Amino acid sequence: MSLSLRSAVRLNLILLLIPVFLWLLLLIILPHIDMLLVSTQVKVRPRVYEFSFANYGEFFSEPLYWRTFARTAIMSIAATLLTLVIAFPVAYYIAKMLRGRMKSFLFLLCLVPFWVSELVRTFGWMILLRESGVFSNLFQWIGFADGPVEMLYNDATIMVGLIYTSMLFMVVPLVTILDSLDDSLVEAGYDLGGNAFTVLRTIIIPHAMPGIVSGCIVVFMLTLGNYLTPVLLGGKDSLWFTAQIYTQFITRFNWELGAAFGFLLLFLSSMIVWMGLKLSRQTLTETMG
Amino acid sequence: MTEQGPGGGHAPSYDLECRNLVCRFGDFVAVNDVSFGVPEGDFFSILGPSGCGKTTILRMMAGFLQPTSGDFLIKGKSVIDMPPNRRPINMVFQHLALFPMMTVAENIAYGLLRQGINRIDARKKVEDALERIGLPGSGEKKIKQLSGGQQQRVAIARCLVLEPAALLLDEPLGALDLKLREHMKVELKKMQDQFGTTFVYITHDQSEALVMSDHVAVMNQGRFEQIGTPQDLYYQPATAFVAGFVGDTNRWQGRVESVDRDTVKVITQDGVQLLATAAGGEALSQGSQVEIFVRPEAVVITLESERITSQDNRITGELISVLFNGANSRALIRDRHTGGELDVALPQTGEFSHLQRGQEVHLGWSLAHAKAFIQKESGG
Amino acid sequence: MIPSIPQPKSFHALYGAYVTLFFIYLVLPLVVVAVFAFNDSMFPSLPWNGFTLDWFFNPDEPRLGLFHDGRLLRSIWTSFYIACWVTLLSIAVGISNAFLFERHDFPFKNMLYMLMLLPLVIPGVILGISILVFSSTIANWLENTFGIEATLLRPSTFLVILGQFSFIATICTLVISARLRKFDTALEEAAQSLGASQLVAVWTVTIPYLKPAIVGAAIVAFLMSFENFNTTLMLVGSDQPLTIAMYGRLREGSTPELNALSLLLMLLSGSLALLSVFVQRDKT
Repeated sequence: MSLSLRSAVRLNLILLLIPVFLWLLLLIILPHIDMLLVSTQVKVRPRVYEFSFANYGEFFSEPLYWRTFARTAIMSIAATLLTLVIAFPVAYYIAKMLRGRMKSFLFLLCLVPFWVSELVRTFGWMILLRESGVFSNLFQWIGFADGPVEMLYNDATIMVGLIYTSMLFMVVPLVTILDSLDDSLVEAGYDLGGNAFTVLRTIIIPHAMPGIVSGCIVVFMLTLGNYLTPVLLGGKDSLWFTAQIYTQFITRFNWELGAAFGFLLLFLSSMIVWMGLKLSRQTLTETMG
Repeated sequence: MTEQGPGGGHAPSYDLECRNLVCRFGDFVAVNDVSFGVPEGDFFSILGPSGCGKTTILRMMAGFLQPTSGDFLIKGKSVIDMPPNRRPINMVFQHLALFPMMTVAENIAYGLLRQGINRIDARKKVEDALERIGLPGSGEKKIKQLSGGQQQRVAIARCLVLEPAALLLDEPLGALDLKLREHMKVELKKMQDQFGTTFVYITHDQSEALVMSDHVAVMNQGRFEQIGTPQDLYYQPATAFVAGFVGDTNRWQGRVESVDRDTVKVITQDGVQLLATAAGGEALSQGSQVEIFVRPEAVVITLESERITSQDNRITGELISVLFNGANSRALIRDRHTGGELDVALPQTGEFSHLQRGQEVHLGWSLAHAKAFIQKESGG
Repeated sequence: MIPSIPQPKSFHALYGAYVTLFFIYLVLPLVVVAVFAFNDSMFPSLPWNGFTLDWFFNPDEPRLGLFHDGRLLRSIWTSFYIACWVTLLSIAVGISNAFLFERHDFPFKNMLYMLMLLPLVIPGVILGISILVFSSTIANWLENTFGIEATLLRPSTFLVILGQFSFIATICTLVISARLRKFDTALEEAAQSLGASQLVAVWTVTIPYLKPAIVGAAIVAFLMSFENFNTTLMLVGSDQPLTIAMYGRLREGSTPELNALSLLLMLLSGSLALLSVFVQRDKT
């Protein structure tokens, strides 16, 4: 019995391991290994490939590619930081200044954009910002502008869209963590002679750090991998790296180069996430789980 | 240690019987060669400090834990190879484990439906059970709507509707507050009488075990120290551990000076000479290290020293404080010579109602009430 | 900076104004999309030409209403079909994983857990292309070795389902695990003690306990699948799901029919959101 009981547990374990193995092996691990292999191949004749790092070489020698890459990274970091700066006061307001119904209502309101497709949200911004859009008409009507104003297709617009899309993933962890801060800690900070600035710097922000890190990581990931917002709001010149990957794969049918790009993007995002975790002394399991 | 089970020997009339149960977790021996039998309809308690292995025994009986060796029989048949759901005994869990997403009726019907009883019969049995536990018409309530005591009764009824050979209870009163616990002690005992089911009850609270049980096994460090009626344990403790664990007691450590049949003369660590009766069935000789136990109510307390001249042991002390608790009032006395403290029951005669702190009192007790046990290195 | 600490009135006014502005920023694009669904004009923009329901119900071109647009309706059906499969698979794997990680110990458990979290930090586009590359490799191999034409492994609805499942399964696992962690295993033992076999105990006690989390995870999985764009874009075959179809229309420049569709989507996800809030509140 003792044996059969143990073997029942073992059988159970094996049955539960099968789905997770199939999933991770077939859909995550093997595809990425295969993508790595493809990225190190170069077509020498039709249907004949050779091992080479030429695809990576092409990335570094062609300014368009690495500039797009750098631009995507820098704008993603900027968007993440801006999202944090904009979201923090709002999260603080919801978590600490409000009570009861108003609090849960505003918190739910923050979730609204998440429930609506990114396409719909971006569409909304297009209606607002295009030449024949709502703001353009509004400005003419007030007298700010003489003719139609085109506000789409520039970096600032891309930024507005990216921040909008990511806001939820910053606000939710921030509200959650700020809510867990005991009011009496803030009161004690004041009681011991602190002012608004020192209390914020020495008590509130250190407490909120885990939330800030997890919010920043998620927002950064989503921004870096975004495709819709830069392409629709930035137009042809958006120069976003995911768009470049799409071009190589679907338009040019150059999978080898596209796979190399994919790997570079994955490498960049992993590095920045890893650095973020190291700097804040957190682990992925804590942040995500 | 003393394996004279109630009834004695291996009588086949036992409802439940454990034979040489051993349970090891790696190097740690949680249960060490425990044997006992429980007669039908008995209220049997296993009493011991936390970590003594009593929960391990219960979980082995319920089937959630496989013993390293030994056997467990229900009505004479070994069930050691049977999974928990097939054993004809049920368990009441420490935190009751009532299913929160089901109603009271659904909780009670759960086991009936698993037996394949049709819903109509099951409903009738559930209604009967609710009637018997004094909760008629509460079937549609959610578990959360019941009070702690009501939940307790539902948890027991849920098992008893299955008419099990025995009910295993894992400290079910532990989570209740003090007042409710006192009340539930009485109620549990009544329920057991009413249903006539064998109960195996584990607890670390000696008063629960003494009040409710027909038989109690005192357990320590994986072994049974003694099995007996509550009176046996209280008045005839078989080991120093039992004497110290069951009921309140005063304790001295000392060395045997001389032995005269059952009577021993002991010099305590503080240099006081005491007379005591050898207990525990082990031979005492001159020079043995012993522990002496005296119950608070065995000590006679008086203000006039002449009154206790007939006692075998006499001490003069001063009152430190009175712990007033109605009929259970105690006095804390400091021995004049040694500074040792004694716990003494105060008779409610009024003689002592005006005791002052620091007042001189005289204490005495007979050697029959002083039990001397060989002191063990790891004992107590 | 909390209500118990006095601050100047101007600070409160300024802070309140900022938060108000923030919420206007949050809802403005959605309101605009909804309002222009009723504009009696060929373009979703000003001027306002009056109220109409044509963009929902008009049967003919050029003012084709949503409910008569066969192509769009078909893409809604495709999305629905995909979302159902993704939800089903993700929930099944999520439950299995929750039991695996909460109830069992095995070597390399932490490593497997980390691997399981990985899909959340891989950009969706890359998940898409890696699966595309791998499935093509297999399909090519099958074709060259056995002469089998594996159309499923070329961009198709099947691949879209797998692609979305690859990361939605992680989310379902996390949601269901969190609930299972709070489950008191004594309840399962109680069920066994009352005569249920282990399987029956899980089915009658543990699964009902997990139900709010399962329903919540299913709603999130359904919506994430329905609205997914990045992964889908790389794997889509001939049947276009809704997001891909809408994207095409957006680039072409569109009629307010798209607004009507967006409004419908908002209502759908809004009611699902409410449902999930309701289910979570019912937790015991």
